[in-house]
Formats: sequence, C-alpha cells, structure tokens
Amino acid sequence: MKLIYVNEEWCLACHLCEYNCAFANSGVRDMVTALKGKPIFPRIHIEGDEKISFAVSCRHCTDPICVKSCIAGAISKSDGVVRIDREKCVGCLTCVLVCPFGALSPGEDGIMQKCELCIQNSFDEPACVKGCPNKAIVYEEREGNK
Amino acid sequence: MGVEFIYPEFEVIRNENRCIACRVCERQCANEVHFFNTEHSVMVSDESKCVNCQRCVSLCPTRALKIVKSDCTLRENSNWENDTIKEIYKQANSGGVLLSSMGNPRPMPVYWDKILINASQVTNPPLDPPREPMETRVFLGRKPEKIERDETDKLKCEIPPQIELSMPVMFSAMSYGSISYNAHASLARAATEIGILYNTGEGGLHEDFYRYGKNTVVQVASGRFGVYKDYLEAGAAIEIKMGQGAKPGIGGHLPGAKIIGDVSKTRMIPEGSDAISPAPHHDIYSIEDLRQLVFSLKEATEYKKPIMVKVAAVHNIAAIASGIARSGADIIAIDGFRGGTGAAPTRIRDNVGIPIELALAAVDQRLRDEGIRNNISLVIGGSVRSSADVVKAIALGADACYIATAALLALGCHLCRTCQSGKCNWGIATQNPELVKRLNPDIGSKRLVNLMNAWRHEIKEFMGGMGINSIEALRGNRLMLRGIGMTEKELEILGISHAGE
Repeated sequence: MKLIYVNEEWCLACHLCEYNCAFANSGVRDMVTALKGKPIFPRIHIEGDEKISFAVSCRHCTDPICVKSCIAGAISKSDGVVRIDREKCVGCLTCVLVCPFGALSPGEDGIMQKCELCIQNSFDEPACVKGCPNKAIVYEEREGNK
Repeated sequence: MGVEFIYPEFEVIRNENRCIACRVCERQCANEVHFFNTEHSVMVSDESKCVNCQRCVSLCPTRALKIVKSDCTLRENSNWENDTIKEIYKQANSGGVLLSSMGNPRPMPVYWDKILINASQVTNPPLDPPREPMETRVFLGRKPEKIERDETDKLKCEIPPQIELSMPVMFSAMSYGSISYNAHASLARAATEIGILYNTGEGGLHEDFYRYGKNTVVQVASGRFGVYKDYLEAGAAIEIKMGQGAKPGIGGHLPGAKIIGDVSKTRMIPEGSDAISPAPHHDIYSIEDLRQLVFSLKEATEYKKPIMVKVAAVHNIAAIASGIARSGADIIAIDGFRGGTGAAPTRIRDNVGIPIELALAAVDQRLRDEGIRNNISLVIGGSVRSSADVVKAIALGADACYIATAALLALGCHLCRTCQSGKCNWGIATQNPELVKRLNPDIGSKRLVNLMNAWRHEIKEFMGGMGINSIEALRGNRLMLRGIGMTEKELEILGISHAGE
C-alpha cells in the first residue's frame, strides 16, 4: 500500500507540511479561519538543524508497538493504517513513551493524535504531500510494504 | 554612510487578515526581508532588501503576500528617467561599474513580434498534426557538398559528424558556478529525455554528469576552465565560445567566493581564486587562428565531433560568420543582444550588440550568397521566448535555437535579475547548499520536459497550418513570413515582405 516517505535531501524546513496538516485535520474550509491566531497541533513535525531536516510522521509499523502498549485499547491497525479511537483514548501518554519515531502527540484537547494518511478528512492525497513544494514528502508504494 | 538617496523599489504588501504567521516567508527569503515580531506576534518586513523574486509569494499558503512596485517617485522627467537617476546615485555611492543579470530589459525593438507567420487556405491545404506524421527532427553539422563515388562506383556514404535533435531547440551555455548543481542536473536530465542537447558553459563538466555526455555540448572558452581530454571526449559536440550576446567583447569573472568545493574541482582552479575569462582567446587573433583551434579540437577528438563556434551578434556579423564558416567549424551559434547572463556590466549589456533577428537574416543571406550555407549549421539564441519565435527563426534561416532564459523560467526563475548576488531563492543561480536544494531536479527536469513537449506540439501546429510536414522544409522559407510596422530597410535586411504584399 501507499505510505508517506520523506526525502530528507529535498526538505527545506519550510514547515508548510505542519500547517497543511493542521488545516487538513481542522475540519474548517479555509486555512485562515482554521489557523489564524491559534497554536497548531500538526501530526507531522519537522526535525533537524540548519544543515539537514526532515518531516516525521507515523510510519504505520508492521508490528506497531503503540498498539501493543495502549492501556485503553484505543490504538489499532486496520487496512495498513494505525488509527486512534478518540472515544477510548485516556491521554496516558504511554504511546508517546514507546513510539521510537515520536510520531504521536496530544491534540488541543489532550486526546492523542497521529497521522492517519488523511483518510478521515476530505483530502485524497495526504495534505503534507500535496503541499510540499519540493517533493520532500511523497506518498508512494515501496518494496516491502504490504 | 549618511543619507540614503534611493527609496526601496518594491513594497511588500501583507494582507493581515490572511497572514497566519506560519513564517514560511521568513524561512524562505535569503535576502532576510521577512521576520517575526515576537512582541506583537506579527510578521513584518524590510522591503529595502526585497528583489521581487516572488519566492515568498509563491510559497505563502494563504496568499497573504504580494510584491508591488513602489509608487514613491522622483519628479517625472522623460529625459532623466527614475532608473537613470537611481543609477547615477548608485555609482556616486559606490564608484563602481554597474552590474546586472539576465537579458537586456530595455524597450528595444523585438523583431519577432513584428513578424507574422503564414497559413494555408484552399489551394494548398493545411495538415492535421495529430493525424499526419510531422517531422521536427533536425541534424546539425556540415553537409556534404556533392555526391561522391568510390572506384567501384558505389556511393560514399560517410558524412561529417552530425548532431541529431528531436526538435530544433537546445539549452544554451550556463556554467556550473553561475548556476547550481541541481540546475545543471535538471537541464542534463531533461535534454536526455527530450533528445536534445544542453551546454556546460565554460565551467567544466561535473563528474556526475559525464553520463549525460551524448546530450551535452562541452564548451571551450577563453578561460579554458575544466578543459582536458576526457571533457572534450565526453560531449556530443564542442563549442568554442568567442562571445556572448549579453556582453560582447567582455570576458567573465566568477568571484573567488563562488569557487568552492566541486566548482573549484570542476573548473580545475584552486578554491577561492577568481575565475577570470579574458575578453579574447589569447591564441585567437584571426580567422586563421580560430581555424587552428577548431582543428586542434577535431584532432583531439579524432574528427568524431562537430565543432561549434559561438559569437555575439555584432555589427559585422555576416562577414564574421562567413569567416567562421570557412574556418572548418561545423556549426555557428550566434547570440543576440537580448541574451541573458549571470552577471554583466549594465552599460555593456544594454548598449552593445544587435538584435538576433537581424543578425540571423543577414548571416543566412550572406552564407547563401557565398554558396557556403550548407558548409555549416546555424544556431541562434538571445531571447527566444516561445515556439512562435522558434518557427520564425527557422523560417529566417536558422537550423536550431538556443534557449536559456526560457529554460530557467521553467525551473522557477522569476527574472528578478539579481543572479550576481548569489542568493537565488529558487536554487538556480547560487552555490549556497541550503538554497541549491530548493531545486529538486525531479521537479525541474519534468518541468523542462513539459515545456519542450508543449513547444513541440505548437511547432507542429504552426507547420501543419503552413502545410509543411518537415521542419527542414521550413528552414530559410522566408515566404512564410511577413513583417508588420517595419521600415523598408528593416524588411530588406530580414528578407521578408510586408504584410499585405
């Protein structure tokens, strides 16, 4: 299946992916209303320094440790996508502790959130990929991915 | 330094209702125009640093930005225009030669725009390009003068070396150093995919790009940077650069600050040393001397590669071209006065040389009159902006066109004309690694391929309209052109009739 991959060689650390992510998951129609004057809670984060940078989001691991460790059974994997059930999450942050990539973070309301490939919102292609100006984030099939 | 005489040229207009303070503009501006005021949590800008490259405008996710020309004006004066006065201020301040980049922006006549193309009606029907085969392929190189047979009466089929182009366009010379590694990678990959050639310029050939050799013209210029045996053998053709349209009679100077890392290695000069290309080739003071270099290069490459000679379009271009055609060169490239550059003295760029349209017509006619047109192919450049310009150039007598500014535009250049600063926000005219990586060759080469495919479609439409199914049949076919709004003399030089005639 298609997943999000990063080409750190082309990442400009412009942080557009973070804003596009926050907007895509806001449920609001225009970006200004969604993001103006508010702190953003994106599910993708730019990491790195001045020399090298890259966007980090959920890898949708084959054997996700977050699923195993969730004390509330809120995280599951179906159709290759690791998802969070907002109703079940108790905000214990265990998943933050165990995720080796730092891909989960609490949202505005304290409930955990993570990249779900924009499947839940109206974007057919993940918003971070669509908005990346330099193809540093791509959505594609790769060898070894089922 | 006391009073600042010049008010900033542009204004940065930020729509505060739209700005979400994501700071993308700040991160993307190498000129440091934008910054975030933490006290008031708003973006602010210092427009005095803005060069209007439009990078921030293009990347702003809410389209909150626009750059406009400042309407702060000096008192109007048709003789002393605003720009003229500001240039005086600049020189009075610096004491230096004014430098500029890209092509001549002055409102000089563009003859392409005064030429109209013919189409067939009734008596000789037009063709439908999608339905009928249309040939846009051209071959550059010396053509045999006569048919020869061997002792057994068999035809001798060996002809001088030729370059095959899938369409009559090539990317012209831009050196590695003046443009970035990723810009070169984009050009090389696109040229290979399209089946045309790009040109190394005089900065040598980066070791990573030898594999694109079949689609490369390697240049030998007056500085001889990066020239050695493997380099000469790597390309499909070798170009001797005698001059450049943007700065005829002027050499080049890439500052030592840009001669770092791979640029130094590729140019084969020490890091930090200035790369000075002399105005003349110090071994060429006559056509006979040029002939020596042409044959030296042929000898070095076993007569397998066509040799091009590139000159700027200057007053006596027809006589110069005639000399070059007799020097043994296979292809002559002429660069008009609107051609681009990474840096040139402003006064030279804006005042020296002649329009390529007139030079092309004059050269083609002179070579035909002397019966040596088939000895040499003719490539022209210096602001070929569209497929229409290409078609007009072919009909005026060119075998192919060189484009560079159009290619850079496809890569993202916004013609802000500050290449000389080395801070290109689009990753083209810079060696700063952080800026260079803004140009992803996957995207760049694709955009170049798109542009050329679009032009090829349009060229075929023009050809079909004229009832011509092969670009070779259009070459020098000046009956397909008419002039509009030109004087008798201009029409005479172009060798075309006025519209209505």
